[in-house]
Amino acid sequence: MTPALQSVLSPMGPDAVLLSRFSWLLFAAGTLIFAAVVLLVLASIFRKRGKSWSRRLVLGGGLVLPLPLLAALMGWSGWQASQLTWPFSGTRIQVTVTAHMWWWEVRYRDTATGREAVLANELRLPVGERVYIALASADVLHAFWVPSLAGKVDMVPGRLHGLTLRADTPGRYRGQCAEYCGTQHAAMALDVLAVAPRDFDRWLEHQAAPASPGSASAARGRAAFFAARCNACHTVRGVGEGGALGPDLTHIASRSHIGAGVLPLSRAALIGWVSDPQAAKPGARMPPSRLPPEDLQALADWLETLR
Amino acid sequence: MADVGLAALLLPLVLCACQPRKPYPPAGDGNALRGKALLAQFQCGSCHHIPDVESARGKAGPSLAQFGLRSYIAGRWPNQQDNLVRWISAPRDMDPTTMMPDMGVSADDARHMAAYLYTLE
Repeated sequence: MTPALQSVLSPMGPDAVLLSRFSWLLFAAGTLIFAAVVLLVLASIFRKRGKSWSRRLVLGGGLVLPLPLLAALMGWSGWQASQLTWPFSGTRIQVTVTAHMWWWEVRYRDTATGREAVLANELRLPVGERVYIALASADVLHAFWVPSLAGKVDMVPGRLHGLTLRADTPGRYRGQCAEYCGTQHAAMALDVLAVAPRDFDRWLEHQAAPASPGSASAARGRAAFFAARCNACHTVRGVGEGGALGPDLTHIASRSHIGAGVLPLSRAALIGWVSDPQAAKPGARMPPSRLPPEDLQALADWLETLR
Repeated sequence: MADVGLAALLLPLVLCACQPRKPYPPAGDGNALRGKALLAQFQCGSCHHIPDVESARGKAGPSLAQFGLRSYIAGRWPNQQDNLVRWISAPRDMDPTTMMPDMGVSADDARHMAAYLYTLE
């Protein structure tokens, strides 16, 4: 069976394993208790007249049975919770994920080399290595949730929460905002990739590099980017920096989706999104561009070179 | 004899029924079902509204609802299969000023897409 992209029942990290085991225990216990109640109901229907069990039932079912059961469950869940990974910020790779309405800003820092890289809606992790994720919000309440790797953590404006993630199996997982945050809350997905450590290091080095200058045809698209003032919100490192309202586009063509999981990345998606983001994601902060067709084509040419 | 006369009278009516329902939609030889999947795969829907195609609700380009009843492609070329296939595979060759991107659609794939679009009436 192929592992699910986004499921609590397909755990791929230590915390997710604990949580799914806990969920299964609760499902099983709940099923047993439900069956016992059904049996009691049947017994009460078919019992012989005259003999009353009510006092024994109230004492037994309401006090004697639940007390040790719930106490044991509480002890076990407390013990399990203590096994969850504690946030530990001394890891080699540190990431700050800032939630925006409605996308994820992902900022990497390699403490060994000091390399920094900013990307959007994509989180990459080296397999088997703990990575500290600092969680912040730029506007309203959001929550960070990659069900295959760990539980939810709220992202609260003005606070910094922490989470230490470890992916044990290489693969692609999906995260999603788990705290209602407005119109496009449902269309706020995070692409999570767990890759071999060596590939990860090469990838981070590439993501930290500024955009390559590109060819002559790309120059026209770059000019269109400034002419339309895209740089007021978007940064392309090495080309135009300072825009911080929208996602960093330095390596946009290396991502799998645009619009936080809304459209798989392709030329058609780029052109459709840039000319009218509201069609794909109504309410998104990006306005329609209304560029002349030639400029739009040139802009797409250039964006496609930002690998 | 009267029966034959009546039959002769009704014959033109019967022949009328043989006429194609609409003279203009050029019959395509592509597979419409496959074309529908290709329209979704190439994300035509990020600019076009296309009935029954997954997440095709773009507004940047014209809606393709009732495309089979359209007279012209891009307001210029008669809506015939060969023109449509050419337009889908390389729109900028036909009109360098169009906003529609060349998506690298093969003529074969374009034929299937055209077949689906011609089912929209």
